Amino acid sequence: MEYNDVSTFSQTWGLVYLVVMFLGGVIYALWPKNKSKFDHAAQIPLEDD
Amino acid sequence: MTRETTAKAKMPLDGWVIAAALVIGTFYATLTAARTEDPVMSVHAYVFAGAFLLGIFGIIKAYFDTSESLATQSADAPIEYDLKVVKAGVIASVFWGIAGFIAGDTIAFQLAYPDLNFDTSFINFGRLRPLHTSAVIFAFGGNVLLATSFYVVQRTCKARLPGVFSSWFVFWGYQLFIVVAATGYLMGATQGKEYAEPEWYTDIWLTIVWVVYLLVFLGTLWKRREPHIYVANWFYLAFIVTVAMLHIVNNLTVPVSWTSSKSYILFAGVQDALTQWWYGHNAVGFFLTAGFLAIMYYFVPKRANRPVYSYRLSIVHFWSLIFMYIWAGPHHLHYTALPDWAQTLGMTFSIMLWMPSWGGMINGLMTLSGAWDKLRTDPVLRMLVVSIAFYGMSTFEGPVMSIKAVNSLSHYTDWTVGHVHSGALGWVAYVSFGALYCLVPWLWNRTQLYSLKLVSYHFWISTFGILLYITSMWVSGILQGLMWRAYDDLGFLEYSFVETVEAMNPFYWIRAIGGAFFVIGSLIMAYNLWRTARGDVRTESRSLAPEAVPSPVAAE
Repeated sequence: MEYNDVSTFSQTWGLVYLVVMFLGGVIYALWPKNKSKFDHAAQIPLEDD
Repeated sequence: MTRETTAKAKMPLDGWVIAAALVIGTFYATLTAARTEDPVMSVHAYVFAGAFLLGIFGIIKAYFDTSESLATQSADAPIEYDLKVVKAGVIASVFWGIAGFIAGDTIAFQLAYPDLNFDTSFINFGRLRPLHTSAVIFAFGGNVLLATSFYVVQRTCKARLPGVFSSWFVFWGYQLFIVVAATGYLMGATQGKEYAEPEWYTDIWLTIVWVVYLLVFLGTLWKRREPHIYVANWFYLAFIVTVAMLHIVNNLTVPVSWTSSKSYILFAGVQDALTQWWYGHNAVGFFLTAGFLAIMYYFVPKRANRPVYSYRLSIVHFWSLIFMYIWAGPHHLHYTALPDWAQTLGMTFSIMLWMPSWGGMINGLMTLSGAWDKLRTDPVLRMLVVSIAFYGMSTFEGPVMSIKAVNSLSHYTDWTVGHVHSGALGWVAYVSFGALYCLVPWLWNRTQLYSLKLVSYHFWISTFGILLYITSMWVSGILQGLMWRAYDDLGFLEYSFVETVEAMNPFYWIRAIGGAFFVIGSLIMAYNLWRTARGDVRTESRSLAPEAVPSPVAAE
């Protein structure tokens, strides 16, 4: 594997990898079923213990 | 010494493990001290041996005092949180903060008035500069992160830190790292890597301490009674894991010998430069950003008494920030031997970082929606909010400076120094001060701070100092950059180097004076926190909102 192969690979598949990771994060954050879980989590620091 | 007939008198497992490790460490350090011919290594071997011995005595003493120390646990919590180590972290933060700020202002005056170098190697600029950067980033910032992470992870997981001695090993081990690193700089021991100056044996020691830190943090998450891991803990975890990775890879060195303080880095040339700035920029991204964002995500909602504006946004913020920051390092190497595409990649990722950075800033600021009036009456909240504003400003400025055309003007000039300090003083230090003002009354069980008026004075005095600092560095940096690139009609450089240095002198004075304001502010904070811990409350009309108090610099 030459230098050019590595750089070509990272310049193409790197984009795909990051877009997929980003979409995954956004979908997880916006998934309707997770809403109640996140609403609860947001209150954690405010709970008196 | 009367042995209690309770189960508490049993030595916990982590006590045995740490004590055994310290015994081995003491032998090894003593052996090194005896064999070495390197004066720096000799001093440090004795420091290590002495610290390890103290550690062994500490564990033995704690073993006999265990029942007593557990009885004096803070009474405010049904779950017996481990708060003593947090208290120690708060004290260490204030101590190292002031030491680091004074060191920084000293070198600022040295630049303005070079005679202050006093012609001695020990306190010249070249040695005090890494002392300053390490003291503020790793000693001050690191202790703030240790203290707040141990506090936040326990509270939000509703679980005590695992073990008895492990968290104390992390705390004291980290202080030992600071002392060895700082004394090394003064004696001239450095690997010459910015923000990674400590030599190989100091690096190994920090790695050991850091792995135990990670285990203590993970252990608390593992024991949690709260099913969801709060977002602040994700940021802390990213900070701990990534710093471990960066530290190990950037410090892959080969020592000259086991008894020498000198080592040589494994990489060479541009590979070494890229590794260094991959490390260096992510020290900014994961130490000074992710770690302190964790503080924001806990202390701002807590102080404003409102949940974070959008929990969903905090998730997107977290994942996009950590996946992008790791690629931004090459922007430190524009117009160098680094391949052009890698420079462009670093620049592109830096610009993309606008999105997560500003998303996080909006999330922090909007947490106050419906509670903005608190800014008028609560100077602690004001400090936290201004820190977020500075975060927004410096994360806007940074990507601008990473653009190649801008960088060709700004690189190697004071503009960079000004940019770093708008982030370091405005964001990192202010969010830390806000957290310390919150933590001291909580930890020492006081209903309020000694004086809100003093917090207000601290806020205005140090804000004035920061403004002096960053504005003078903008002017100085751009002036410097323009002078360097000025050509005359015949194509010769217009200015000699020393002329550019002379031109910057007035701005060096302004910067040093601004730094002095910042130091004064931190001394006011230390006094206020000390009186708070003692339980004093200053009689001041609390109805008089702090901003109604005539402030010496409020008019600027």
